[in-house]
Amino acid sequence: MNKICSMEECVKLVKPGYTIMVGGFLGVGSPHRIIDALVKAGADNLTLICNDTAMEDVGVGKMVVNKQFKKIITSHIGTNKETGRQLMAGETEIELVPQGTLAERVRAAGAGLGGVLTPTGVGTIVGEGKQVLEIEGKDYLLEMPLHADVAIIFGTKVDKSGNAFHSKTTRNFNPLMAMAADTVIMEAEEIVEVGEIDPHLVMTPATLVDYIVEGGK
Amino acid sequence: MDAKEMIARRVAKELKDGYMVNLGIGLPTMVADYLEADLTFQSENGMLGMGCKPEEGQEDRDITNAGAQPVTIVPGGMYFDSAYSFALIRGGHVDVTVLGALQVDETGSLASWMIPGKMVPGMGGAMDLVTGAKRVIIAMQHTAKGAPKVLKKCTLPLTAVGVVDMIVTELCVFKFLEGKLTLTELSEGVTLDDVAAATEADFDIMI
Repeated sequence: MNKICSMEECVKLVKPGYTIMVGGFLGVGSPHRIIDALVKAGADNLTLICNDTAMEDVGVGKMVVNKQFKKIITSHIGTNKETGRQLMAGETEIELVPQGTLAERVRAAGAGLGGVLTPTGVGTIVGEGKQVLEIEGKDYLLEMPLHADVAIIFGTKVDKSGNAFHSKTTRNFNPLMAMAADTVIMEAEEIVEVGEIDPHLVMTPATLVDYIVEGGK
Repeated sequence: MDAKEMIARRVAKELKDGYMVNLGIGLPTMVADYLEADLTFQSENGMLGMGCKPEEGQEDRDITNAGAQPVTIVPGGMYFDSAYSFALIRGGHVDVTVLGALQVDETGSLASWMIPGKMVPGMGGAMDLVTGAKRVIIAMQHTAKGAPKVLKKCTLPLTAVGVVDMIVTELCVFKFLEGKLTLTELSEGVTLDDVAAATEADFDIMI
């Protein structure tokens, strides 16, 4: 099965109104070429799930500037003034989620869990409206899974079947998001033959990946 | 010595050999410049064994800290994904976290992630860090534009309830001893009256 597709084919998979997950941490380990193509293609009314909204001219920050999101679920928007402006102006709904909770909610969806119990956020506005469960004398918030229509992730070295190695701190949310979406698109910095990546170094397995786009360095 | 350097030097004395430590962005990051101990830095974007800034021209764009600044990794370090990173943090494996704050109160609660209607950067990893780390040290200037930051009760949205173990400012050190905010050290040339005037919270004194 050939998973390698063109950038044009790939951006058509992201339809207006979809919920998308995008890998990366302040743009490090983000699928930058696909993001650029999505800015051009212009699908809007999207819901974004991403660690942060990067900077106005970096990563998903460019899609924020292009007003492609109706809702953003993220842990940090402080490095992108436009996200803050859209929040204050009431143009975009922003759900701020503690970073560890965001990771676990994505993981829960991918791992078939009905949610996670975390002590993070107990007694703060993050806990408002959420169920609190007491386990062995300690309070935990029930946090619900986060699932997406499409996950757009980045791999440093990706074989033609979709097995991916994520270099250094580019790994972050990428392997988690590959588990939690109906369709997974991987931007590859480099595409290699099957078998060229040492199995010990495969961090996202091919079976989770639907499409591969060559992004280059 | 300026206020920030004083604070960073004092916090550095709290970090012991063998600790796993997470330093926040800004003033807390300066603590690394004054270390006396052999310890391991955790960075929540996915690294244990974070090293210093690379020399100019030696930056690797795939190795950054939680502020997306280029860093290095020390021999024996490792990388991981965000779920593992926060399992380390939330699971109590981080010995000390050092973070800044907008407000801390006498119950050990802190506010550090938003000023409603003005500034809403988000909590990033701070809520998990202060909830999960074994020990929480707040490194901050004692006042903001003259207004006290150590209060009877935080007025801004909280980051977490009752989690702070120690506050280090340019004026003094507070510890929470048996749950009570306690002044334990005065900086050179600072009097009790100076601290009292710059602090809204009630505190015990044990110097």
